Amino acid sequence: MLEFGGWWMPVQYSGILDEHKAVRTAAGLFDISHMGELIVGGPAAESWLNALLTNDVRLLEPGKGQYSLMLNETGGVIDDLILYKLQNGSFLLIVNASKIAEDFTWMQQHLQPGVTLENQSDHWAGLALQGPKATVVLERLLGGDCSLPTRNRLLELQVANGPILVARTGYTGEDGFEWFCPAQTAAFWWERILEAGRDLGVLPCGLGARDTLRLEACFPLNGADLSAGHTPLEAGLERFVKFDKGEFTGKKHLEQQRSEGVKRKLVPLLMTGKTPPPRPHYPVLHEGHVVAETTSGTLSPSLGEGIALAYIPTALAVVGTQMEVEIRGRKFPAHVTTKPFYAKGK
Amino acid sequence: MNVPNDLLYATSHEWLRREDGHATVGITDHAQHELTDVVYVELPVVGTHVEAGAQICVVESVKAASDIYSPVSGTVETVNEVLSGDPSLVNTDPYGNGWIFKLRLDDAPDLSALKSPEQYADLLAHL
Repeated sequence: MLEFGGWWMPVQYSGILDEHKAVRTAAGLFDISHMGELIVGGPAAESWLNALLTNDVRLLEPGKGQYSLMLNETGGVIDDLILYKLQNGSFLLIVNASKIAEDFTWMQQHLQPGVTLENQSDHWAGLALQGPKATVVLERLLGGDCSLPTRNRLLELQVANGPILVARTGYTGEDGFEWFCPAQTAAFWWERILEAGRDLGVLPCGLGARDTLRLEACFPLNGADLSAGHTPLEAGLERFVKFDKGEFTGKKHLEQQRSEGVKRKLVPLLMTGKTPPPRPHYPVLHEGHVVAETTSGTLSPSLGEGIALAYIPTALAVVGTQMEVEIRGRKFPAHVTTKPFYAKGK
Repeated sequence: MNVPNDLLYATSHEWLRREDGHATVGITDHAQHELTDVVYVELPVVGTHVEAGAQICVVESVKAASDIYSPVSGTVETVNEVLSGDPSLVNTDPYGNGWIFKLRLDDAPDLSALKSPEQYADLLAHL
């Protein structure tokens, strides 16, 4: 067990490698109840969110979600999140567990007339079913006549013990669902989903596999790869920043950075050959000089090689650049590669 | 947990098999179970002299890197090179093919801190 964002969570159930493989080949079930659920409503909700977040909220139709970032005044990342438009004038934000209080305070400080903000994190539990068999399992569970959402969409389903929200999203690089239900029904659904998928090889998965899966897919983790000290442009998330939508917090700094060019970029580093697994905060070297440190790192179970992320000087952020990662005083070769480390068919 | 009755144990969960003036060292079934999925073993350097309880090498799982301590004082004379290619032997056969290194024991090595199989099993039962 591990303390994570104020929650005691299992690092693993049966083992990180088994759980990782289950998600890549069948499906895995994650408890994501630690994630925060914030509800924004009111006639001015859309325009307010559009000025608070980097993505263009106006692109959302009811039932659709988008990845977005909440920035501070200097363009640093407060949090990355998924914003769903439930209906006109009503939005759901799924935010990181460790940032619920900070996000909520920031939003409250910037609240405007015509907008309501509510923290419903204690009301909702969350389960993520991820992997190629996820659809089959949910169809079994909910019955064939229950339609499932398509990518990045969210459906409210009326089931026996209350409404549930099912989204076609995830943090593993696989097809799958994130399922939000009233907290008191979480254990019920956890058991039912595992039961429905047992013969297909569905396994309960912990934070360990969640980290190896998301890192293979190059999804950043806030607090590790994202921070108030780095902008989305440095993190390679510019496609989620819509400069043409009007004003938003941090825009001025991002525009300046865009015209001057970023000094550092978050790049994927692939270790060459058999090395110890890279881990966060290991020195990264180029031509013998320390130029950065890893923000995340692990052994990729799918590739059998070490993978890491690091903010390196832009001049070096070119695919193929030879780097080294220092592990316990020894230097091991690595090179800049393309995102993601792992994808079906890559 | 498997605790063979012909070995001595350190409280840091290494085992030691004594053979005259030599000893073989590995990590216990309990230790491999806690580490899970060993993916890399950084073997000791042959010829290194270690004191009892000193850090001697590192075993890494996906989860974490863990220091391994020498249960006794001595000089490393052999390391299990097979683990470089197949570190998972530490998980599947911790007391056999998953051994990590062999020591030539110092004269009159102090074994008093080591536990008998009964004592170690008792320690595990109270974790």
